[in-house]
Amino acid sequence: MSADLVLNLAYRRGDFALELDASIPPAGVTGVFGPSGAGKTTLLRLIAGFDRPDRGRIVFDGEDWTGLPPSRRPVGTVFQAPRLFPHLSVRGNLDYAVKRAAAGGPAFADVVEALDLASLLDRRVQTLSGGEAQRVALGRALMTAPRLLLLDEPLAALDADRKAAILPYLGTALKRFAIPALYVSHSIDEMARLADRILVLRDGRAAAFGPAGAVIEGLDPAPGEGFEAGVIVEAKVAEAANAYGLSRLDLAGQTLTVPGLDGVSEGGVVRLRIRARDVAIAAQRPEGLSIRNVIEASLLERRDQGVHADLLLDAGGPHLRARITRESADALGLAEGQTVFALIKTVSLEGLV
Amino acid sequence: MTGPILLTLALASVTTLILMALALPLAWWLATTHSRIKPVIEAVTALPLILPPTVLGFYLLLLMAPASPVGGFWLEVTGSTLAFSFTGLVVASVIYSLPFAVQPLQAAFERVGTDMMEAAASLRARPLDAFLSVALPLSARGALTAAVLSFAHTVGEFGVILMVGGNIEGRTRTISIAVWEHVESLEYAEAHALSAGLLVFAFVTLIAVYALGRGRMLHVR
Repeated sequence: MSADLVLNLAYRRGDFALELDASIPPAGVTGVFGPSGAGKTTLLRLIAGFDRPDRGRIVFDGEDWTGLPPSRRPVGTVFQAPRLFPHLSVRGNLDYAVKRAAAGGPAFADVVEALDLASLLDRRVQTLSGGEAQRVALGRALMTAPRLLLLDEPLAALDADRKAAILPYLGTALKRFAIPALYVSHSIDEMARLADRILVLRDGRAAAFGPAGAVIEGLDPAPGEGFEAGVIVEAKVAEAANAYGLSRLDLAGQTLTVPGLDGVSEGGVVRLRIRARDVAIAAQRPEGLSIRNVIEASLLERRDQGVHADLLLDAGGPHLRARITRESADALGLAEGQTVFALIKTVSLEGLV
Repeated sequence: MTGPILLTLALASVTTLILMALALPLAWWLATTHSRIKPVIEAVTALPLILPPTVLGFYLLLLMAPASPVGGFWLEVTGSTLAFSFTGLVVASVIYSLPFAVQPLQAAFERVGTDMMEAAASLRARPLDAFLSVALPLSARGALTAAVLSFAHTVGEFGVILMVGGNIEGRTRTISIAVWEHVESLEYAEAHALSAGLLVFAFVTLIAVYALGRGRMLHVR
């Protein structure tokens, strides 16, 4: 019997219909990505039991959850809003979960440490900032000893600074407690940083499902969806910091130079996001250029769209995407199969692997 | 003079206890149900707000009379009539004051909202557990308002009591009946003492209710 979370669901309310047939491995973080109205939150509500499917089943590790009320499903949910109980302190909120938790969950002290909650324990929840409240909400969900975590855009209500402050906690906690999680977001940055695999929903249907890198690479920059085409690649740290304060990374035998990375050591693996618009193309290896990151690659695919040409490159294993003008592409005579040089202007570090 | 006061306090206390026990589940059901008969139940609950006490009392009297199935059953089982008894007054008061208990509770429960109840369920709280540990504490003001209003409204009732209970000393003569009796007998000093006491009580009670605040206020008659 499969240990997967097996979803076979049909749900319709008014104009909205969700129809899904997916099997999600019970490990790591599965990102659920898509534009608003695609059914991301509905999917989580169905798994948590707050809504019931019209047809179909929800099976986790061989157990049929379809008919179970929410309180009997071993899932922990973090909602968009923290939904902390206002009549209890932070400690009271955490204890509420501890009292009702299944056996074998993370220890109170471990959760408090991982999410840095010690200084908040005696506060009233009304006095917490948005980021603090969401950290408490995550801690509260972890305390129930869930076998599956459902995170419904837990950062959506926070501004960029708060988001940046809470993301490391989230990443650390998900790794440390090793509870499989479904993470809903419409932010490709959060996906790139946290997700091991991604399920893309569009109009209530699965548009793509697979390893995070491959899915993000395959995403087209559809208008209004708020993300940009690009790739996620993994690179090995060849040199943590040189005399110029730069780190050297090994990308399938070729070298990337990036501003010094904190907290990396030689031999470590980092996850990088390279946006298509940050990659320029040269037909010959360029000389005398300030851009140091030049990666030799073969052109796998050229797709012309309006004034742009979207290119998919193979850099000896890892893929890169580039978006240049169609005029440039024609001037360089770019055709599939050809060897080109990708000039990478900016690389963003998404996390350590 | 203390007889009517003690009787009134006893009647109001017993009525409030029974009302809260009835109103908690009823108000919770009204606050959370999607049932089509909800408006009907709400209307029945609110009827005592609109009906003249004499009309309500008249029908209750008919119901409690030994000739009716209910009254007859009561007589058979207990050996005494329901009408013109303390028990009859309690039954009538519970019905008459029901909206004053249900409406503040229902409003408070509706403010708790599904978000909090879902959060409780996501933390493994079964429905009854979630009601007791989340819905009730978050509705504490509403519950207190409901209890105070039920008590005060029972203390102040007259028409229903006169219809159902008559004016029997030590059994059904409450403060409001005693005032009426004193005025009929031109005993104005005694009427003044009881009336002033009731006036102060009502005023203090309402200050308490408004200080509790935010409970959806009823038009207290």
